[in-house]
Amino acid sequence: MSFEPKIVAFLCNWCAYAGADMAGTSRLKYPGNMIAIRVMCSGRVDPEFILEAFEKGADGVFIGGCHPGDCHYVSGNYRTRRRVEMMKRLLEEMGINPRRLRLEWVSATEGQKFARVVKEFVEEIRQLGPSPIKKEEAI
Amino acid sequence: MKKKIAMYWGAGCGGCDVSLLGIHEKLLDVLEKADIVFWPCATDFKYEDLEKMEDGEIDIAFYNGAIRTEENEKIAKLLRKKSKILVAYGSCATEGCVIGLANLYDRDEIFNAVYLDNETTPNEKKIIPQGMEKEGIELPEFLPSLKTLEQVVKVDAAIPGCPPPSPVLEEALNALLEGRTEFGKEVALCDECPRKDTKPDKIEIERFYRWHEKEDDGSCFLAQGMICMGPATRAGCGGECTSAGIPCTGCMGPVPKVENQGIAMLSAIASIIEDMDEEKERAVMESIKDMVGTFYKFSTAKLLPYGRFKDES
Repeated sequence: MSFEPKIVAFLCNWCAYAGADMAGTSRLKYPGNMIAIRVMCSGRVDPEFILEAFEKGADGVFIGGCHPGDCHYVSGNYRTRRRVEMMKRLLEEMGINPRRLRLEWVSATEGQKFARVVKEFVEEIRQLGPSPIKKEEAI
Repeated sequence: MKKKIAMYWGAGCGGCDVSLLGIHEKLLDVLEKADIVFWPCATDFKYEDLEKMEDGEIDIAFYNGAIRTEENEKIAKLLRKKSKILVAYGSCATEGCVIGLANLYDRDEIFNAVYLDNETTPNEKKIIPQGMEKEGIELPEFLPSLKTLEQVVKVDAAIPGCPPPSPVLEEALNALLEGRTEFGKEVALCDECPRKDTKPDKIEIERFYRWHEKEDDGSCFLAQGMICMGPATRAGCGGECTSAGIPCTGCMGPVPKVENQGIAMLSAIASIIEDMDEEKERAVMESIKDMVGTFYKFSTAKLLPYGRFKDES
């Protein structure tokens, strides 16, 4: 059987989740490898969530937030940007390919973009292969 | 009746054994309530003596040091069998400590660095001390990765610190001799740091300094731009390092109820970077050269229990 990546996505309630909704109502197709978790703000995504997702079997972690300047809570997405950058460097030192973690800005109207980036990300992870991290049984 | 206690030195620097002596005359109070039945570092007991004991005969066994060799693993399992309460003593046994950073490299890389490529230790015959036997004595096998005590056997209590500071140790010993396995403070180091009052309400950093790059003005290290693990580290030491002018590196481990000390601190550090554009932000973060060494100095063995991952495609 070919490798089907498992992706955990944290989507902000105000932009990326609405963008995913938009992709759905517009009947856009994107791979079903993604498990979406709605959070109130991408700033709610503690780096611990990212590590835990990997430990529990995710092959990639996707974070979707509002465009810079558009955060519903003013500065949440800036913090996410810094945390993700720090996480990527930590993952790299741990020997994990930092491309397994992806941050994208998706607004509520960008259903097209949402479908495109998810598709791209799934393809990228498919090429990287299964994650070596899994500690417990896969989700 | 007096309790029977044991102490074993696994893979560690020996500071833990010294720290037990470092409580000075209070050790005499401990010895009034307890007999030492096994402590290879300080008394003349052999492994055979331990093997001859009944299962569960030792009331409290302290294990200091991590598990790096087959011998460490064997004794950890033996001590578990022979004792009612097994205590991880110090940072090595609890979290892997500084020597746990070796999990960033595999066995061969470590051997090459230590025995073959090290300029100051000539090794013309290229000897790597593994699998050797002489007169019935064998050198123990070096395990593929360093493990904490809890990753090998069930542990009932842990005394944090590298080595455990005297006040922490005294409290722990008293609690254990009374039969309690929960002790220690539940707050972060900042709470008892002598620089506490100089911590501003809001910390904003525009660049990070390493400790030697900036003159310490005596105020909160984080506010000065130096990474101090205080906010994510358990209190108890009384701020020994911060009062001596050195930022905390986190040897006391996480505050209870926090699972992952390093990532908690990483998240906090990312949040206090001043508002700036993306490129500048990246440069600031790149000034932290060693992420694992900074945030996981004492807990790499917990982050990478089987060593560094290989996912370099």
